[in-house]
Amino acid sequence: MDVARTEVTPRGRGNAARLGLMALPVAFFAVFFAYPVAAIVARGLKADGVWRLGRVMDVLAEPDMRHVLWFTTWQALVSTALTLLIALPGAYVFARYDFPGRHVLRAVVTVPFVLPTVVVGTAFLALVGRGGLLDDLWGVRLDTTVWAILLAHVFFNYAVVVRTVGGLWAQLDPRQEEAARVLGASRLTAWRTVTLPALAPAVAAAALMVFLFTFTSFGVVQILGGPTFSTLEVEIYRQTSEIFDLSTAAVLTIVQFAAVGAILGVHAWTVRRRESALKLVDPSRTARRPRGAAQWALLGAVLATVALLLVLPLAVLVQRSLDAPGFAYYKALTRSDDSTFLVPPVDAIVNSLQYAVAATLIAVLIGSLAAAALARRDAGRLVRGFDALLMLPLGVSAVTVGFGFLIALDEPPLDLRGSWILVPLAQALVGAPFVVRTMLPVLRAVDERLREAAAVLGASPWRVWREVDLPIVRRALLIAAGFAFAVSLGEFGATVFIARPDNPTLPVAVARLLARPGDLNYGQAMALSTILMVVCAVALGVLERLRTDRTGEF
Amino acid sequence: MVTLSACGSSGSASGNGSGDSKTVTLVSHDSWAASKSVIAAFEKESGYTVKVLKDGDAGQAVNKAILTKDNPQGDVFFGVDNTLLSRALDNGLFQPYEAKGLDQVGTPYQLDAGKHRVTPIDYGDICVNYDKKYFADHKLTPPASFDDLVKPEYKNLLVTENASTSSPGLGFLLGTAAKYGDGGWPDYWKKLKANGVKVVDGWEQAYNQEFSGSAGGKKAKGDRPLVVSYASSPPAEVVYADPRPKTAPTGVATGTCFRQIEFAGLLSNAHNTKGGKAFLDFLISRRFQEDMPLNMFVYPVVGGAKVPAEFTAYGPAAKDPETMTPTKIAANRDQWVKSWTSLVLK
Repeated sequence: MDVARTEVTPRGRGNAARLGLMALPVAFFAVFFAYPVAAIVARGLKADGVWRLGRVMDVLAEPDMRHVLWFTTWQALVSTALTLLIALPGAYVFARYDFPGRHVLRAVVTVPFVLPTVVVGTAFLALVGRGGLLDDLWGVRLDTTVWAILLAHVFFNYAVVVRTVGGLWAQLDPRQEEAARVLGASRLTAWRTVTLPALAPAVAAAALMVFLFTFTSFGVVQILGGPTFSTLEVEIYRQTSEIFDLSTAAVLTIVQFAAVGAILGVHAWTVRRRESALKLVDPSRTARRPRGAAQWALLGAVLATVALLLVLPLAVLVQRSLDAPGFAYYKALTRSDDSTFLVPPVDAIVNSLQYAVAATLIAVLIGSLAAAALARRDAGRLVRGFDALLMLPLGVSAVTVGFGFLIALDEPPLDLRGSWILVPLAQALVGAPFVVRTMLPVLRAVDERLREAAAVLGASPWRVWREVDLPIVRRALLIAAGFAFAVSLGEFGATVFIARPDNPTLPVAVARLLARPGDLNYGQAMALSTILMVVCAVALGVLERLRTDRTGEF
Repeated sequence: MVTLSACGSSGSASGNGSGDSKTVTLVSHDSWAASKSVIAAFEKESGYTVKVLKDGDAGQAVNKAILTKDNPQGDVFFGVDNTLLSRALDNGLFQPYEAKGLDQVGTPYQLDAGKHRVTPIDYGDICVNYDKKYFADHKLTPPASFDDLVKPEYKNLLVTENASTSSPGLGFLLGTAAKYGDGGWPDYWKKLKANGVKVVDGWEQAYNQEFSGSAGGKKAKGDRPLVVSYASSPPAEVVYADPRPKTAPTGVATGTCFRQIEFAGLLSNAHNTKGGKAFLDFLISRRFQEDMPLNMFVYPVVGGAKVPAEFTAYGPAAKDPETMTPTKIAANRDQWVKSWTSLVLK
């Protein structure tokens, strides 16, 4: 009888509902992430049924591996600092200044973040490499130096800071700072005592995200670093894919896993602190035209930085795609010769869109269920810990996941190796964390009393969600979907391991074209990259129109 | 669709489609290519439907095949070369089958002759390519041999790939090891380093970014007129140009070549062994062999198979390339790459 009674108490019902919401996301991540990764790590560390944990110490004792670990850490630290330094003024300008083209530009600076490095790395090289702009102007060449890596990291992660910090900055009530000034505080003191504390958690969150992405950097380091620089992620790829030393790869995977877990733990903590009640206002009321020489100068400096660092590499890509008379490279995309080497490259666009739609549906389903469970006030410590776990796929090597799929998902009922669904599933792993991050703050902001009132009046949990939550979060949902879509379009790492030859995605087709000699192949790769870029930019541009006052981190 | 033979104990394969005895599944690397008409003709004559699974670059594809060998993704694997052959054979990737027409394949290519676990399909040479225009403009004779590359007149001209991450990079290292011997190659590389060789991570960077003679390199303002690539790269520069130039913009230093032979084999736990065998026969049929060069930019191994005019005109195969047995490569590769890394990269 006791059991029956507990079930009808609100708390018991909360538990049941929470578990119901969590079941699918937990199952999804367990089956398509944890299990494959565990399988490939186990394959590397187990020989003849015996665990060889001694390998961990052996590998860590190798000077080469310690060097990799050291380089991975310090380049991530420096990259993060540099990104904050360059992007924070941008975050401020985008949040507080109203100028023509602001929304378009906000979409443009986000494009690098969702583009595959294989596409942009080549173009970025044209900026800092030989004959690049820096070379032409001042004879400075940065390719194969660590500076190329660091600048590229700024290029790719600028949007993380602008969106995370800028999003909050736009919603801080400027009157609080003004009030402090009226009370006699200097401009600096007012900023330091009022604005900075309010922003600090967002800055910390952005810094941790950038650190996470640069700590696990792969394409940038491979393309721009030359053979002398190697991160953990690159080394895992090398050990798995080239040298076939699975035990070393397994050890490095565990090391990376531990580091990423720690980063995410700290991240979850700052996220929670940030959601402490700040008085937020509609961002459209905080932005205004710059006034005075200093403000115009700041705006000018930020726009110049964006033009040089973000727009220029993208423009190089476009310019190279047009570097043949009469759009020849674009025309060649539709041509299908007799060879089975490639389907007409233009087909890759259709494939990519189809995969991305499927991936978006999966990511939105999984991500919003998880966000709904996490947003509940009664969410326990365990559930809140899951918040951080959902981000793990962003920090785990794609080659590990890809090879894990190969050996883990090969038997019924999970015989998916030959199935098309594997690509959207892998992309959804990367998309879902963004959905969670976008939805969660919005869901948490929904007044719990509304839900309770509806429940008291007899509405089923589903009805409560439909009548109370959905109208409030609909826009956030669309934005989450759009971001998941753009991320899926650009996803390369995991896709390249599982995309089937008869239907490559855009990034995979670009990589294949780049892997062949000849003018037409190179030109087509540039043309396809440009198309991918435009599609991503359009998707992000639509999102800008949808943005509301409270829309999470991205 | 499900046939009786597929219903037995090998039910686990049904999801891959290869359990269907009417389908033969080929697992290969990303460079696999064949004319649709040629594949269609095979399908019509044999009654099998061909499914192709491209599984990453050559090294990756071999590694994946080894990982999944108990429950393979297909029936035939194509694309293991002599540098990786031992890894595949030692791991029991293939089961023996003597393909019909093997007697037409020259003996130098038959590296598993007695056992027939693999069938040679094609070969290509990894050679230094040169930018014709650069050497004409500078009134300099292009280098012809390994020895030439360390001469002062070619200082700071060569770019090559990382031997630990790139197969042409590894091939070039093996070429120097074959030429100067187990003890001699490090000295040669010291000289090459002193002569300003540049090392980048992969073929794409070397060829499309650094090399001044390729279409991509010209746009990227590449300033290295010498690059480690393939003997078949010059014809590719012609075939993939629109309009086609009269001569190839690049040439091959014929004394710097290392021969790469590619093999195919019937996977050990293939679900459709009969279809797999038929497909192997097809791979060394004249029809496939003559179709291959312009699709994959490699040379046929079957005697008498016609080589397209573009090849003879722009990229003749090296007469006397360096070679090395797969066993020797397997025994030394890791150690050599390690020494090479500390010698050249650090």
